[in-house]
Amino acid sequence: MEHRRRIQLPDDTDLDAFRRHARALVMAGVAPPDVEWQVADDSAVDLFGAEDIPLPPATDGPAPSPNVPPDFIALCRSVILHRDPGRFGLLYRLLWRLQHEPGLRHDPLDADMLQAERLAKAVRRDQHKMTAFVRFRTVAAPEPGGPDLHVAWFEPEHHIVAATAPFFARRFANMHWAILTPRASIRWFPPHDGEPGRMEHAPGARREDAPPADAGESLWLTYYANIFNPARLKLAMMQKEMPRKYWHNLPEARLIGKLSAQAMERSGTMIEQPTTTPARRIRHLPIRADDTPAPTTVLRLDELKAATDRCRECPIGQFATQSVVGEGPRQARLMVVGEQPGDHEDLRGRPFVGPAGQLFDRAVAELGWQRDRLYVTNAVKHFKYELRGKRRMHKSPGQLEVAACRHWLEDELRLVEPRAILALGATAARAILGRPVAVTRERGQWLEDDAGRPVLVTLHPSALLRADPQYGAENFAAWIEDLKQASAIAMAD
Amino acid sequence: MTSPPSSSPDVHPLQRKLAILADAAKYDASCASSGTTKRDSRGGQGMGSTEGSGICHSYAPDGRCISLLKILMTNFCQYDCLYCVNRVSSNVPRARFSVQEVVELTLDFYRRNCIEGLFLSSGIIQNPDYTMEQVVEVARCLREDHDFRGYIHLKTIPDASPELLRRAGRYADRLSINIELPTDAGLATLAPEKDGLAIRRSMARLRVHIDDAKGASAEQKATPLRSLPATNARRAEAPRFAPAGQSTQMIVGADAADDGAILATSATLYGAYRLRRVYYSAFSPIPDASAGLPLAAPPLIREHRLYQADWLMRFYGFAHDEIIRPDAQGRSLLALDVDPKTAWALAHRERFPVDLNRAPREMLLRVPGLGVKAVERLLAARRVRRLRAADLSRLHVPLGRVLPFVLTEDHRPTRQMEAMPVPRKPVQTQASLF
Repeated sequence: MEHRRRIQLPDDTDLDAFRRHARALVMAGVAPPDVEWQVADDSAVDLFGAEDIPLPPATDGPAPSPNVPPDFIALCRSVILHRDPGRFGLLYRLLWRLQHEPGLRHDPLDADMLQAERLAKAVRRDQHKMTAFVRFRTVAAPEPGGPDLHVAWFEPEHHIVAATAPFFARRFANMHWAILTPRASIRWFPPHDGEPGRMEHAPGARREDAPPADAGESLWLTYYANIFNPARLKLAMMQKEMPRKYWHNLPEARLIGKLSAQAMERSGTMIEQPTTTPARRIRHLPIRADDTPAPTTVLRLDELKAATDRCRECPIGQFATQSVVGEGPRQARLMVVGEQPGDHEDLRGRPFVGPAGQLFDRAVAELGWQRDRLYVTNAVKHFKYELRGKRRMHKSPGQLEVAACRHWLEDELRLVEPRAILALGATAARAILGRPVAVTRERGQWLEDDAGRPVLVTLHPSALLRADPQYGAENFAAWIEDLKQASAIAMAD
Repeated sequence: MTSPPSSSPDVHPLQRKLAILADAAKYDASCASSGTTKRDSRGGQGMGSTEGSGICHSYAPDGRCISLLKILMTNFCQYDCLYCVNRVSSNVPRARFSVQEVVELTLDFYRRNCIEGLFLSSGIIQNPDYTMEQVVEVARCLREDHDFRGYIHLKTIPDASPELLRRAGRYADRLSINIELPTDAGLATLAPEKDGLAIRRSMARLRVHIDDAKGASAEQKATPLRSLPATNARRAEAPRFAPAGQSTQMIVGADAADDGAILATSATLYGAYRLRRVYYSAFSPIPDASAGLPLAAPPLIREHRLYQADWLMRFYGFAHDEIIRPDAQGRSLLALDVDPKTAWALAHRERFPVDLNRAPREMLLRVPGLGVKAVERLLAARRVRRLRAADLSRLHVPLGRVLPFVLTEDHRPTRQMEAMPVPRKPVQTQASLF
């Protein structure tokens, strides 16, 4: 019969010692039921027939070692901080089973694995609560001329103090502080005279070793009492996140009872109180969202943005961020008309700034035109889209929307009086020529609108972006050929 | 004890101000201190760190976490938003902090480890730019004069100039602009000086800045660092702009907008401006209420249901318009007695039961009682073996809610779907308080 072995660990959070023992035991083929784990300061549970095993030497370099999934060590690191005395046995059992049951590492629902994760979770929660509920109080510098000392008293549930202290060293790197707990204490000395900061570990302390409340704390209590909304009392919710066991170390917790008792009374009073009239004389500000209908025509280009912003002649305006109107000089010879603003244009409030706009800019540069001498606008002034998940997908405007927006385009034509119009894509061509236009058939030719203005029709740059990238260069070259027809006007003085 | 704010002469002036300006800030629900860049105070002069997830340092009896020092610069305000306790026509006591006072309070509370940082907002005094300048100055002073590396959330005033928005983004982790009400019409009625268009335009502006800063920092990381041999090469910091993104708050129950309209607005905000969060704040009775408002608050459970629905849109693949169906009167309201996921499942019985061993991830996410983590674990486990009903109990999911909707090796819902018991909660309304 296999004899039982007793492993005495030097410290209740010594992962390294545990790993060395566990590795040796697995390699020696000692099954989990034959191992008894103990910590040095545990009140010794005497097991008859158990044999004490000395700590195996640390191994340097590659030693034969059991195979574990990469996150198992991280799991052990948390579990070992739990106060459950069964944690070493559980971890050893898992280690053993990982060697003998190949499927285990892929099974997140195994009972032992879940139990280990529960312990790890409890530890992480306790650590998190420590980062939240430690409260420092300031005492005068212990050394004359040195920095003030900030001291906190805390009672963790698990063996987490040393593992959590680095958080405070990162957060309060330049502060002199100490955290006292019943089993261990930590003191941090900030960097000084070129010396780096350093942490000192000390034995446990008593609550009386920490300083009492100071004057400044009353400000914190004032804040706590006033940030609370008495109309929404939810004590159970509060206790779920801030369990009672932490209350006696939280200065604000002593207000809870009184605040809760007053809450019902206070919200009752608010509701029963009659509404009041203002005691002070009130200067009313001009109200912006007025009821006067938005103008339907503008006399100056700089009025166009404000007028179209509030235009609701078709339904798309209310879903857009803002209207996007034309951009360019009033004296522009060539007016470029696209379809409608896209996602980028809607956000930035400027036409042709998204991917299609950038392609257009590339063409402008290649043709030797100057964008700031063109008047660039769209047939429709608001972005029409469809929400798909978290994306706004471009949706082509319908005939009704184009028609509703037409008069704004007419205002732009009337005010700019371009010598010619460049219509990009079918929507723009239709808006200007007043008839359906087959762009692929009529592209690259000069047509004429109702007012007798020359109109050049070609593809919208987004059509090039959508096309098969295999023909990208070819399509772009053909597009440039179309645009070239307007060069004389675009570059005229 | 200072509730309600006391004006007795023996109270320290700073104490009195803090009481008034914390009280004035409590109707803003946002408290998050998460999602920003990782940093700490090592190698610096000051204090502070942010490590990804936020920390709630305390909880108030209203169940809300206290993570940031949430205060107003001042509760004097020129606007007359009817739902707001600080509106110009309200008779609440007024106070105003100096920049220095806010900075010192923040540092003092932070040093005590009571907070993760500051959430600063303000009533509008003089004009939007003047007000915003004060708010930005607090953040600048904390960052530049005190090397404060904790979390800063600034409430942005939509009408403030673009240059001030840009500066705010340089110092803050998160910026927010409150949309206030779900519809422009509601805003026009209850907050006449506020302008839905200006709010959306500012959100768009913030999104552009946030995207640009992210793009610049990604580009910088992608380009290899070149340096002369034996020099200590360091990269110039990419411009920072609100790394924790932007959020907003909507007041529920002060106007007539139904839940469908609210969710549609949220979906648009997430889609158009990439908001990190939309907070819903059930309109709660305020001291000195305006005559233009309903005195009764909407049930708090409505706010809870909206958060649940919001979660379904953000993490469970639900579109905003499939969560609620309009009722006979054409109103789209979330059921109060059953959570929106269960309500959806009951309205789509033909899609159930779902086979835990075969169904795709998208469908597992639609099973009532299964959360995102539980679904990931089920998917991982079923790669190695067949799932059984006992696996569900190990996952600690609410069996009563899950089992009627799923199939496993050894479980098949016994009752007909039609007779399925629906776990309904009694509706708790605000009315129970008075």
